[in-house]
Amino acid sequence: MLKANADNPTAPSLSLASRSPGTLRVFQVLLFVGLLGLWYALTETGVMPKFFFGEPIAVFRTMVEWVVSGDIFYHLGITLTETVLGFFIGASLALVCGLWFALSPTASALSDPYIKALNAMPRVILAPIFALWFGLGIWSKVALGVTLVFFVVFFNVYQGIKEVSPVVLANARMLGASRKQLLRTVYLPSATSWVFSSLHTSVGMAFVGAVVGEYLGSAAGVGYLILQAEGVFDVNTVFAGIAILTISALVLDAVVTVIENRLLKWRPV
Amino acid sequence: MGVVKMKPIISARAVNAAPAVTFKNVTCCFASNAGKGRSSEPYTAVKDVSLDIADGEFVSVVGPTGCGKSTLLNVAAGLLRPTSGKVEISGTPLQGINKDAGYMFQAESLMAWRSALQNVTVGLEYRGVPKGEVQERALDWLKKVGLSGFEDRYPHQLSGGMRKRVSLAQMLVLDPKIVLLDEPFSALDAQTRVLMENELLTLWAANRKSVLFITHDLEEAISMSDRVVVLSAGPGTRPIAEFNIDLPRPRDVSEIRHTKQFADLHREIWDVMKEEVLKGYAQSKR
Repeated sequence: MLKANADNPTAPSLSLASRSPGTLRVFQVLLFVGLLGLWYALTETGVMPKFFFGEPIAVFRTMVEWVVSGDIFYHLGITLTETVLGFFIGASLALVCGLWFALSPTASALSDPYIKALNAMPRVILAPIFALWFGLGIWSKVALGVTLVFFVVFFNVYQGIKEVSPVVLANARMLGASRKQLLRTVYLPSATSWVFSSLHTSVGMAFVGAVVGEYLGSAAGVGYLILQAEGVFDVNTVFAGIAILTISALVLDAVVTVIENRLLKWRPV
Repeated sequence: MGVVKMKPIISARAVNAAPAVTFKNVTCCFASNAGKGRSSEPYTAVKDVSLDIADGEFVSVVGPTGCGKSTLLNVAAGLLRPTSGKVEISGTPLQGINKDAGYMFQAESLMAWRSALQNVTVGLEYRGVPKGEVQERALDWLKKVGLSGFEDRYPHQLSGGMRKRVSLAQMLVLDPKIVLLDEPFSALDAQTRVLMENELLTLWAANRKSVLFITHDLEEAISMSDRVVVLSAGPGTRPIAEFNIDLPRPRDVSEIRHTKQFADLHREIWDVMKEEVLKGYAQSKR
């Protein structure tokens, strides 16, 4: 019943969006094919030079070769490992710090300007420093991902704790909760729900951290493949790498949605 | 404490020497809107309130909206320290949270991330009750409030009345000696409300606890209580009158409202209350 107004029957039925989902999907695919066709036509006719814009068929061939030879899975595995590690370390740190700052007015008042400054800083620029500290392996990329994820989750947790309903809190205290029990049964669950609400953004951030880190200096990963290809002006391989990254990001996002629905089943839709 | 069970039903109060809850000259002041600057004199919500609730007695407190009824309840719960005066629970001064009391809030108080059953078990878990017993007692109480089969529902999947039932079970499973109710049914529709009132009375009659029931609804107050206390309009709220409700029990809250005795009591109390309600209304307009 809650979903009743999703298909608003009073909306004008002329727009594409209001058609059945199947029809919409067909048009979406047609749009994609059309754009690819346009790209193909423009590069084949020489309107857009192949040297700079590549060729869709060559890009596709590269992708197929990667998959068939299995090369891509090694690099993709590295990139995804970096993403997952970056996300978990960043989110855990942010959860702890967010809880601590939200519950300790002194800590939050003292560090407020620095948190703001760190958040305002374009953190991608830390990548060279991390490369220096952690070498060209996965940990410099993880570190970059952590700095990106941390702030997204931190602010969400902080806000989440501040907005815990005072009534729920008073009720838990009346039911006999000690300070520790309040943390475990009230603050932590509501903070986690805020972590999840920022999950899509923060996983995306971890992915960006991994790829950018690889691009700036690495020995493996999809970002490394792109960097290598760019070094020899192999535009088709660059595009193939970008396509792989996009597909991975979409899959990652779908996985997040599944996990989210599973863990937050108590949340009103 | 052990005396309660053998008590004759006719006169529930005045059996035990020490009342369950005693307010002694309780005054509560709040810093008034500090941000607005101008007048920084504190706002006195309740002033010099003295009130006893006997063991096993059902007392309702009525008063105009915004008169500080909830403040009084928060003081009894130990959630709020009075500015002056004190609260005694069975003769001993209250310090910190009132561990003998269960509190049912006006607003939503369930943990949204816990199922109905988990919401009922949480208080027992806080108290370190063994796991098996926790389940058993919680299931038993969910049954008593008529929610068998809804154990695994989350609060947002329950209706307003059902959520109130869960709150009721959540509080009563801990078997508190004192029950504090802050307009618990005010958000419910009229029919559900009558059902819940009757249910509360049945549960109360089965195991008489001392009840402090806050409401702005005079009919609700009369139909449920042993005694009705009328508060003056704020600021500086204090009790101005109290009435013994000697209607026979067990009562049906919807039927008892049609008796002559009820109508007489209602008129009598309303005469006292009307003036305060008008005062409260005038103040809220300013």
